[in-house]
Amino acid sequence: MSALFALLMIIILLLISIIGTEVLGLNYVFGVIIPYAAIALFLVGFVYRIIRWANSAVPFKITTTCGQQKSHPWIKHSSLEAPHSTWGVIGRMALEVLFFRSLFRNTKADLKEGPRLVYGPSKWLWAAGLVFHWSFLIILLRHFRFFAEPAPFFVSGLQSLDGFFQIGLPIFYITSVAIVAALAFLFVRRLNDPKLRYISLGSDYFALFLILSIAISGILMRHTGLRADIVDVKQLAMGLVSFHPNVPESIGVMFFIHLFFVSVLFGYFPFSKLMHMGGIFMSPTRNMANNNREKRHVNPWDYPVKTHTYEEWEDEFRDVMKAAGMPLEKEK
Amino acid sequence: MAEKMITPEELAGGIDYKPKKKTWLDPTVEFKKGTWNYAAPPQNLEYLDLPNPRKWSPIDEDWKLPDNWKEIILEGLRVRIKRFRSLQLFMDICVRCGACADKCHFFIGSGDPKNMPVLRAELLRSVYRKDFTTAGKIMGKMVGARELTVDVLKEWFYYFYQCTECRRCSVFCPYGIDTAEITMIARELMNLVGINIEWICTPAANCFRTGNHLGIQPHGFADSIEFAVDELEELTGIKVDAPINKKGAEILFVAPSADYFASPHYYTLLGYLALFHEIGLDYTWSAYASEGGNFGLFHSHEMMKRLNAKIYAEAKRLGVKWILGGECGHMWRVIHQYMDTLNGPADFLEEPVSPITGTKFENAKNTKMVHIMEFTSDLIRNNKLKLDKSRNDHWHPTFHDSCNPSRGMGLIEEPRYVIRACCNQFTEMPENTIKEQTFCCGSGAGLGTDENMEMRFRGGLPRANATKFVHDCDGVNILLCICAIDKATLPPLLEYWVPGVEVGGIHEMLGNALIMKGEKERTTDLRGEPLAGVESEEEKTEEEVSEDA
Repeated sequence: MSALFALLMIIILLLISIIGTEVLGLNYVFGVIIPYAAIALFLVGFVYRIIRWANSAVPFKITTTCGQQKSHPWIKHSSLEAPHSTWGVIGRMALEVLFFRSLFRNTKADLKEGPRLVYGPSKWLWAAGLVFHWSFLIILLRHFRFFAEPAPFFVSGLQSLDGFFQIGLPIFYITSVAIVAALAFLFVRRLNDPKLRYISLGSDYFALFLILSIAISGILMRHTGLRADIVDVKQLAMGLVSFHPNVPESIGVMFFIHLFFVSVLFGYFPFSKLMHMGGIFMSPTRNMANNNREKRHVNPWDYPVKTHTYEEWEDEFRDVMKAAGMPLEKEK
Repeated sequence: MAEKMITPEELAGGIDYKPKKKTWLDPTVEFKKGTWNYAAPPQNLEYLDLPNPRKWSPIDEDWKLPDNWKEIILEGLRVRIKRFRSLQLFMDICVRCGACADKCHFFIGSGDPKNMPVLRAELLRSVYRKDFTTAGKIMGKMVGARELTVDVLKEWFYYFYQCTECRRCSVFCPYGIDTAEITMIARELMNLVGINIEWICTPAANCFRTGNHLGIQPHGFADSIEFAVDELEELTGIKVDAPINKKGAEILFVAPSADYFASPHYYTLLGYLALFHEIGLDYTWSAYASEGGNFGLFHSHEMMKRLNAKIYAEAKRLGVKWILGGECGHMWRVIHQYMDTLNGPADFLEEPVSPITGTKFENAKNTKMVHIMEFTSDLIRNNKLKLDKSRNDHWHPTFHDSCNPSRGMGLIEEPRYVIRACCNQFTEMPENTIKEQTFCCGSGAGLGTDENMEMRFRGGLPRANATKFVHDCDGVNILLCICAIDKATLPPLLEYWVPGVEVGGIHEMLGNALIMKGEKERTTDLRGEPLAGVESEEEKTEEEVSEDA
């Protein structure tokens, strides 16, 4: 149901872009106005969310320790799993952001006869997640060849690496295949595992479908008869970044579909769970050092509370304490 | 327990990880006997100045909420979103990848899909979406937004009191989303309208009033310690000194109160007393701060602060140099991660230095409170203790990492070091069930009540099952732990799932092994049970002794 809803949304988006450009001829709207609006929404929305998060206080240092603390010099300290210093935290965050350290720990619990609980390794989610995110990043970086003349230095290296196997012409990029495969896996995983199906919302499927649509439309554009003229694309892209936009006539519907999906992704991003991209860096259980007893953390909204003081306590129990011969502050 | 309890076979046979319903958005909950906790009695709420004291029960149709309960909760949520970045962020960034789903002991033991950490959080998140996000306001259920209704509130009560704040899910979450944070704040919100449970509010009120969670008055506390001193003398022939409220002592010692009135905690207390005597520690107990455990942690950040305040206040009044803390789990979460922030800075204390070895406890130099595992492991490392491991040969221990010391401190190797120094035998449970991946006892965070027994057996299944594995394969016969809640709740759990395994503390093992100057020949351990190799004649007399005790 949620998946169907998400699929319906994608079909509507597809139809909007086709009708908008092919029927209504709103090429300027879809080639210039919507992309600009989407980027603006992305930037403003992203910054707004980060500021909103940053404005929320961090009253306590609540690191989740996943290894040995730093205590005695003769006990090996786990500097990346229970970091004690800022460098340790940076290392921990790098492992988390670049290699999905925590997801790598994943296990699968099974209840066998007996009862006997067994925990097997479960690395598929980690692998698919890693492949998807890295592919997406490389693809994004590859696109910089459209936005700068000459293309930035890193693009050609990435392209030749990514096209290492030199299959087909134009050459098939490894990431093109990888991102589709990873997204397909993530989708099937959601449908296939009853637990996952149960927790998945329409918005979870929507994000998957949207990025899949971008990938597929991009691949179609590069490798099929629906090809967009690369010179036209570069002309539009350069126009957009130099704020002198113009839309070449012959750019083709597949390009508009692709661009529209990308625009929707950018516009949708700050209002969705995709903000985990920024959020991971601010997660208090991961980005703070486990040096609580060594360095004091201050709660910015701390306020005095009602306590039961020693004096009040002794007043209440003086008689019984006296009878028991316990030391007192005041005899009466 | 007069009523027939579900058998282990029935319980395990009925677990199915496949959700039965199609959607979780329906909040209806069936309050099945054995799976929920009694409501807090009004007098204890009144004593603590908490809102909406009244007599009520979760199975009542009418929970006697204030008329504006919904506004109170939503306003409470609004305030907390600003106060806790954790909450704000954890509401926003979950992608529902499901990595946490089968990491929760309550899910593993119940199969109830709302015990998947992701869904437990969604219970609150759905309300957050409805009232605090644009998408939720417009798209409603499609993006998982729900109206806050009485039924949702009842669902919160049911599931946020089926979370022990153990943080295991947070280890596996790619963003470190910590359900403990969400549960703590959801409980705070419910407390605003007077929804809370007895086994949190009553101990909190007792701690506030008398200093310990059973409400034992100062002279009763002194009696308990005195009794333990006598008992230790009977066992070892040595009369130890255990000062209470002694001004000018070098160290204030704070332990969970269960250590001096509950079993098997009590044997750990005997271990502390023996150790402190043997090394000649200048220390004192306090009757005012006689509880290290902090039931406020399970109630609200404010209550945690109110209860925790006693420790520093007492250290200041007594003029000690620093504080030593006993074997306790959530007590140490509070001390390590909260105390300095809540009630510090403790600038009237000195940076902790072991008076025996001269070791500076650098890692505790600001909070000025040292974990007894850090303290004792340092003594052993510096050869300050004479230990006869063979006195523990009748025990084959394994070690249960308590949630909070492992995931909230990183205290992992110190206890193992002490165990290995005190015992010839030691076997670890499977690696997915120990250290940072340890499983909760299933009864933490205020859920260790008799009325909640079935849920405790369910939540404790993963721990018990791992224990069963080493019991069957290696002959493990005692589960050691450094947490008072563990010591209270693991015995019935193990009796249910894996009979034949006892529960004990590490300082109990230490007390057994510790050779004290001038002690009489020991024929029994601190429990009064005969040591391995002791002849049967003596065994008989020792049994009599233990019965007398």
